Amino acid sequence: MKPRVGTTLSSTTDDTTVVVVRWGAADLDLTCGGAPMVVGRPAPEDRREPAAAAGEGTRLGKRYTDDGAGVELLCTKAGTGDLVLDGVVLRTKDAKPLPASD
Amino acid sequence: MNVTTLLDMAVEGFGDRIVVGTREAGLTAARLRELAAAGARVVADTGADSVVYLAVNGPAFPVALFAAAHAGVPLVPVNYRLGAEQLARLVGNHPKALVVADEGQSGAIERAGLSSRTPARFLADLAEVADGGGAAQAPEPPAAPESAAVVIYTSGTTSAPKGVLLKHLNLAAYVLGTVEFAGAEAEEAALMSVPPYHIAAVSNTLTNLYAGRRVIVLENFDPRTWVETVRDQEITNAMVVPTMLARIMDEPGLDRSVPSLRSLAYGGAAMPRRIIEQALVEWPAVGFVNAYGLTETSSTVSVLGPEEHRAAIASSDEVLRARLSSAGRPVPGIEIEIRGEDGEALPAGESGRIWIRGEQVSTEYAGTGSSVGAEGWFDTRDHGRMDAEGFLFIEGRVDDTIIRGAENIAPAEIEDVLLRHPDVADAVVVGVPDEEWGQRIEAVVVPRPGVTLDEAALVDLRVQVRRSLRGSKTPDRIVCWPELPRTATGKILRRDVRGRLNPAE
Repeated sequence: MKPRVGTTLSSTTDDTTVVVVRWGAADLDLTCGGAPMVVGRPAPEDRREPAAAAGEGTRLGKRYTDDGAGVELLCTKAGTGDLVLDGVVLRTKDAKPLPASD
Repeated sequence: MNVTTLLDMAVEGFGDRIVVGTREAGLTAARLRELAAAGARVVADTGADSVVYLAVNGPAFPVALFAAAHAGVPLVPVNYRLGAEQLARLVGNHPKALVVADEGQSGAIERAGLSSRTPARFLADLAEVADGGGAAQAPEPPAAPESAAVVIYTSGTTSAPKGVLLKHLNLAAYVLGTVEFAGAEAEEAALMSVPPYHIAAVSNTLTNLYAGRRVIVLENFDPRTWVETVRDQEITNAMVVPTMLARIMDEPGLDRSVPSLRSLAYGGAAMPRRIIEQALVEWPAVGFVNAYGLTETSSTVSVLGPEEHRAAIASSDEVLRARLSSAGRPVPGIEIEIRGEDGEALPAGESGRIWIRGEQVSTEYAGTGSSVGAEGWFDTRDHGRMDAEGFLFIEGRVDDTIIRGAENIAPAEIEDVLLRHPDVADAVVVGVPDEEWGQRIEAVVVPRPGVTLDEAALVDLRVQVRRSLRGSKTPDRIVCWPELPRTATGKILRRDVRGRLNPAE
């Protein structure tokens, strides 16, 4: 897939939803719980059992990035599956917290 | 993404936490979303294409903001202090608006052919719709990141007010770039003192919600109410404009103890060094944050943090100490360049014009088109410089530049020197027409409470400026006034100062 920035993607195996913060130019496969994520909300017939063993799951408000492709996703709803981009598990990005400025 | 996604996340993460208002009577994140959805239903039913907010700050403001976002129409906060003519013109730009306005404003609204409801009525109407099941029938928020979430009119101190279009993607980029989701402790509470037509009121609503911090607003600022509210509501975070902090520090006999306060952010105008130094000494436990930003940049683009403030006040090195007058370093996702007259980027330390680029920067003015130049760079029309370590110093508006002879003089530099005098509470420097020089430099100072500045003191002040700056930058005249004309958000009305100094202009 090659979603636009701001697009909501949903897992078909758990409750995970993410918003695309950055994607870059590449066409890449993104899965959650071992099944491809879908654009927008999943239809009931899209729902399936996790195809991958449970990992750490996704955490609300965390940002997930890869090292190479310039992809960044914001988790807007947590789930039990892991986000995997072209076979690589995405990791949370550690942001240095800024002081509240307003 | 739509800013309603930020609210959805808050509901998902801490839906039963009170995020707006007092602990006793505030709104939870979940209730805020119900009211926003009900508001979207009302907007859809009335066919409104925008929500105009012409009232003091209060719980109706965040509800109106998210209701408009949910409905896919912009929120337009309008300055309730504007004169009838300007008000009619701005409201007239939004003839199909749903209007929330304080009672005293209904005349202006009616003349524009619109009807309005008060903030209390607005909240009651929405609660009725929400509790009657109407919110469930609200349309889904549109996924239109390129559409306007907010239109804010600039204060118009140097030119006619411009409507800045802030898109969902601008505001979302600002929040995501600068705030950690659910980063606030459950007991944290923020006190907001700026009016709703200021960009900080919009950004503050979004960032505190995203952090999970309860927000209380002060309808009308005065120093006593401010410190009492901080104590009564156990406020942990607050934001003020510099004139507010100056009034808190200068108020005679005021009990300034604020034991719960952890963080105080300030911005919107230049902070006199004397005031911030006094505040750092008076409130050693508070973390001070200086934020620089413009309406066009969705609020903050650079930040001077608590550690940098403490390092500066503790230092005897003037380079470090001068950082108290700095606006700090750029926030993530923001690039800042200082450019010369020819548009080329200048090296560290040299003064020029400040240009800014980033996703949070608005690209459009309502009705007049693009606000950014090539490759997305925005010209702030602010003068400034950056030191070798990337600390930004703001030197005032380009439009305020005094041209004396062939020399361009930034008033901020002279104002800084005047404000360093222990008896000066406030100061402004302007150019007034002069037959010989084109413009000559005149200064107005306001004495500290209880101090009288007589002719001898003013001569002495002029000598002091002469010692710090070149002769060509020394004011030709310094006069003393009881106060300076400022907007409610602390910006000096230089036009009015020039007019009073030189009635012929």
